[in-house]
Amino acid sequence: MKHLRVLVLLLLCLGAAPAWAQKVSVVKLPALQRVLARPTDTTYVINFWATWCKPCIEELPHFEKVRARYANQKVRVLLVSLDFPSKLEQKVKPFVKQQRLASTVWLLNETDANAYIDKVDPKWSGALPFTLLINNRRKLRTSFEQPLTEAELTQALRPFVRP
Amino acid sequence: MKKAAYLLPLLLVLALIVGFSSYMRTPGPGPSPDEGYKVGDKAMDFKLKNVDGKTVSLSSNAGAKGYIVVFTCNTCPYAQAYESRIMALHQKYASQGYPVVAINPNDPQIAPGDSFEKMQERATEKKYAFPYLFDETQSVARTFGATRTPHVYVLQRSGQDFKVAYIGAIDNNTEDGTAATERYVESAMTQLMAGKPVQTTSTKAIGCTIKWKKKA
Repeated sequence: MKHLRVLVLLLLCLGAAPAWAQKVSVVKLPALQRVLARPTDTTYVINFWATWCKPCIEELPHFEKVRARYANQKVRVLLVSLDFPSKLEQKVKPFVKQQRLASTVWLLNETDANAYIDKVDPKWSGALPFTLLINNRRKLRTSFEQPLTEAELTQALRPFVRP
Repeated sequence: MKKAAYLLPLLLVLALIVGFSSYMRTPGPGPSPDEGYKVGDKAMDFKLKNVDGKTVSLSSNAGAKGYIVVFTCNTCPYAQAYESRIMALHQKYASQGYPVVAINPNDPQIAPGDSFEKMQERATEKKYAFPYLFDETQSVARTFGATRTPHVYVLQRSGQDFKVAYIGAIDNNTEDGTAATERYVESAMTQLMAGKPVQTTSTKAIGCTIKWKKKA
């Protein structure tokens, strides 16, 4: 009984905890490649952005909505910041906190863009924002080298999700 | 209810279209990857307005052995990060027959800081020694296949024509040029001027997407 009460209390705490992620993981390319190669029936919505990129910031709320709307489906939103690693504390973390981003946020710690862009997607020229929708089990993959409206993102997701 | 009856087939058709386009890069407002110049292509001449009000074209400089064409702009932080390196390229190569030609392709409706007036201000303030052209219709960026700022095209004269010799980045370190381990444009220039084939003819880099005009 006591245990149960503790459990209930814990659950309550979890529920009341801020629903946004304030953590930004700094990763190298192989971590990203593992996600891109995952053979499961999970749809990954991967958005490459930066705090200095205005069109990126304008479309971030759409990805947050996708995360919330498909929270009970196998849909994962991953926001990969291409800010310089030196801007992590000064720019990226405060931005993520201020915007209350609840999606997973990574910062890709790679300098040589020419070496990694093709490994992410050969069709990507390097312009930001860039968005990838992937489901490897179902062999679905779409990419956008342009900012997306909420309607465009919703439409692009249709083959990937249950209505 | 009646409304839903004709909405449903419409949605189905939409879903089908989207379904068929999977595994492709969805065509955006800019050039698709199949459009634009490849290395070796002949670059079409263009006529664009310079910040001094005069019109500039590739043929207007009879003494040019080639050009370092850079799609860039005022507002993109990556273009700003490379600005002094673009100025240095001009300083180094203009006297050897390869001046820089900077072109701003952004739609000022979307990026007000990239208007012609703001371009004039920046060119004056930074004392650009090269033309800074406004691609108002975005047709030049589209023809070249430029997607981002900064995006470099090195052109080499071949008779009356200019051929694309290199496409891509200036170097491989945006934040700190002095720490770059590859200086792509400089390497290409050294090889071109020595009459040798360019080793690395195209590279990719992170940049700001060109602010394409919204389709009417």
